[in-house]
Amino acid sequence: MSAIIYALAVLMPFLLIGLGWAYLRGSRFTRRRIINYVSLGCSVLAMIFGVFWLVWILWETLRLGLGGLALSTLTQMTPPPNETGGLANAIFGSFVMVVLATFVGTPIGVMAGVYLAEYSSKSWFVASTTRFVNDILLSAPSIVIGLFVYALAVKKFHTFSAIAGVLALALLVIPVVIRTTEDMLRLVPAAQREAAYALGAPKWKVILQVTLRAARAGVITGILLAVARITGETAPLLFTALNNQFWSTDLGAPMANLPVTIFKFAMSPYENWQQLAWAGVFLITLAVLFLNIVARWIARERQ
Amino acid sequence: MTPPSSSARHAPAIWGDFVFALLAWGAAGLTLLLLAGILITLLIGAWPAIDKYGLGFLARSVWDPGQEDFGALAMMYGTLATSFIALLIAVPVSFGIALFLTELSPTWLKRPLGTTIELLAAVPSIVYGMWGLLVFGPILATYVQQPLQNLFGDTPGLSALVSGPPVGIGILSAGIILAIMVIPFISAVMRDVFEITPAMLKESAYGLGSTTWEVVWKVVLPYTKAGVIGGIMLGLGRALGETMAVTFVIGNMSQLDTPSLFAAANSITSVLANEFAESGGGLHEAALLYLGLVLFFITFVVLACSRYLLYKLGQREGSGS
Amino acid sequence: MDASVQISSPPKLTVRDLNFYYDKFHALKNISLDIAEKQVTAFIGPSGCGKSTLLRVFNRMFELYPGQRAEGQVMLGDQDLLDRNQNVALVRARIGMVFQKPTPFPMTIYDNVAFGVKLYEKLNPADMDDRVEWALRKAALWDEVKDKLHASGTSLSGGQQQRLCIARGVAIRPEVLLLDEPCSALDPISTGKIEELVAELKNEITIAIVTHNMQQAARCSDYVAYMYLGSLIEFGATQQIFFKPARQETEDYITGRFG
Repeated sequence: MSAIIYALAVLMPFLLIGLGWAYLRGSRFTRRRIINYVSLGCSVLAMIFGVFWLVWILWETLRLGLGGLALSTLTQMTPPPNETGGLANAIFGSFVMVVLATFVGTPIGVMAGVYLAEYSSKSWFVASTTRFVNDILLSAPSIVIGLFVYALAVKKFHTFSAIAGVLALALLVIPVVIRTTEDMLRLVPAAQREAAYALGAPKWKVILQVTLRAARAGVITGILLAVARITGETAPLLFTALNNQFWSTDLGAPMANLPVTIFKFAMSPYENWQQLAWAGVFLITLAVLFLNIVARWIARERQ
Repeated sequence: MTPPSSSARHAPAIWGDFVFALLAWGAAGLTLLLLAGILITLLIGAWPAIDKYGLGFLARSVWDPGQEDFGALAMMYGTLATSFIALLIAVPVSFGIALFLTELSPTWLKRPLGTTIELLAAVPSIVYGMWGLLVFGPILATYVQQPLQNLFGDTPGLSALVSGPPVGIGILSAGIILAIMVIPFISAVMRDVFEITPAMLKESAYGLGSTTWEVVWKVVLPYTKAGVIGGIMLGLGRALGETMAVTFVIGNMSQLDTPSLFAAANSITSVLANEFAESGGGLHEAALLYLGLVLFFITFVVLACSRYLLYKLGQREGSGS
Repeated sequence: MDASVQISSPPKLTVRDLNFYYDKFHALKNISLDIAEKQVTAFIGPSGCGKSTLLRVFNRMFELYPGQRAEGQVMLGDQDLLDRNQNVALVRARIGMVFQKPTPFPMTIYDNVAFGVKLYEKLNPADMDDRVEWALRKAALWDEVKDKLHASGTSLSGGQQQRLCIARGVAIRPEVLLLDEPCSALDPISTGKIEELVAELKNEITIAIVTHNMQQAARCSDYVAYMYLGSLIEFGATQQIFFKPARQETEDYITGRFG
């Protein structure tokens, strides 16, 4: 391996000098070809460069994550420094909050998407404003959403709580679902709608039973992508759900969750905490990639 | 025309349509309220700080929770510098990747590589951050910072840029991690817009004897300019608002004393992540909320700019994305 | 033109002084005609003459889109369908429509047919089964799908899909069936089946069909209306229109010298 790199390093100057000489001496056609090869070579290097980092990151996650993973990771609670333990309470908390946030955010997102796709033709201004606002929410830093929920829920009730965490995550789900629902409903041919209206169906039945159903695969894909996004979200949980060292099912109290636990453990100097953090990061990456692959699979089935 | 069995027709109930429309309206209205709610809540929370410092907050470089004295300059510098470094690296690389995927890649590689890039865009930022802190930082310190310090240690000007303890955290680290994180985003968008370039346009350029590079640089890129800028803006928005990937590696020091790329610093998001939960109300919390408002405003401006550019360019050349 | 063209059977739909606008564009101009009960009336004319628009006025489909409006009268019995007080859903339940392209809903064949019925009638499951079978038989589709009623409607071939749409329209027992170029997306064999179906259905139901196919109009209609630029140029019995058109424009169009 190092021999190859060394050989390349020695050959490189000769190659460059050769190219430079050909460029200066060559015809216009030769020059164009040299520019072409050099830039295409750079493109290949860029591809290798990009994939290199990403493979490295995933490799380390896999290596260190699997290294830190044991059955006790799934069954034991988060430990104090330098004691054995697992991530059971954090995994449970993350699961609860993601599921609840999905159930809160999805109906709102779908209905707002329905409004934009099916009800907005008569009020262009309201619709385009809503669309723009949704774009802002979609690109808003998730930590700002966390601040908002902190001021709204945490400060008001004087306690960090799982409910606040759920709320913050739900607010991240909504804009994603709005966007995909609207896009997918717009792909449903107008003839499909007209055919349902022609049978005398009222609008809400046309939407619920025909257009939404036709757009089903796309909408589900969008929801899954939103779930994948909030599964790995850390920032908005830092000051809403906070964290909890123990198993808790109380939605009114701070709840352990994977991302914040990972943050705390990875930043610590303790060996066993860092190991658990790697295991946690591995689990989250696995879950997110799994959700994404399922979403893609559903989207492809539809075609 | 009477079928075997039938019953009288009932007119449909009106309430179904009414309730459903109300729900749709309500949900859409809620998103509008949400934005207003975020702005108002942050404004109220930040008011003590706004009241005390006004817009001068943005130009003050002090951040001293002990003395209750606050300013945003150091964090704004951290946020903008890391995002700038990220784009500096990510834009050319993403362009190369998109070029490779659309023009050079063998067909059998196109899909797996494209899917990989898209999946990587979904990897949570905490993964990038943790990798940056525990794996990449030490390597950067050993193989980049120390050689640079040896090389430029005595050169005035440059030495300040590379000074600092060799632990691999700081503006440069954060910028590089951000770059790695946004490369999948930007290259996925660029690839998508390159692919919508009509084949006919490319073929006519090839027909004139253009090289692949000339076709991409002089035909595809101008044609897809709007989409490309949109993709870069998308990446910029991500980089500005990213919390975890930055917080892990930037070092969490609110200072502006040194221009060194290797000194610990703070971005808006990292200071929020590190200090907010423990700020305990008062002016400290208000100043942090003020920072959040500033961040929200910056990302809003980036979004509005990209929207406006896309709109203008889209109007001129009819190429949207 | 003269609105009092004689039709030999009693009129089912009576259209009087109908004008239609897409925003400022005057798309239908003073249309008056009668559509005979249990007969087939065909609307022909070059693209953009307003024949499809006219059909979409009959079931108020145009109301889905802002900026479109109709003035005048369309009487079904003694009720004006365009009257704002008429419930638009009920109007559409009385007047079925089949479109250019087959539009099966994303559900099973059975549910496709039952969809419209469920909107207005409460039938017990056995009666619903009978109704679905009855409608599918009317549409000459029963034998082909009876073993796969719970397969998706989109799994059928194009011609079968279109007959499914006709079955779906027939199942709600409409008084009038509107066919908007129902064969334009189909192959000749499927087209033949649909035409047979039209001949069959007209024993029980009033049919209005828009077609750009002159032979089709000649084969399966009893009356023909020729439209041009939003006006009704000539209306009469099919025999008369095709063999002794009263107006030169009609003859030009039919003989292919124009359009």
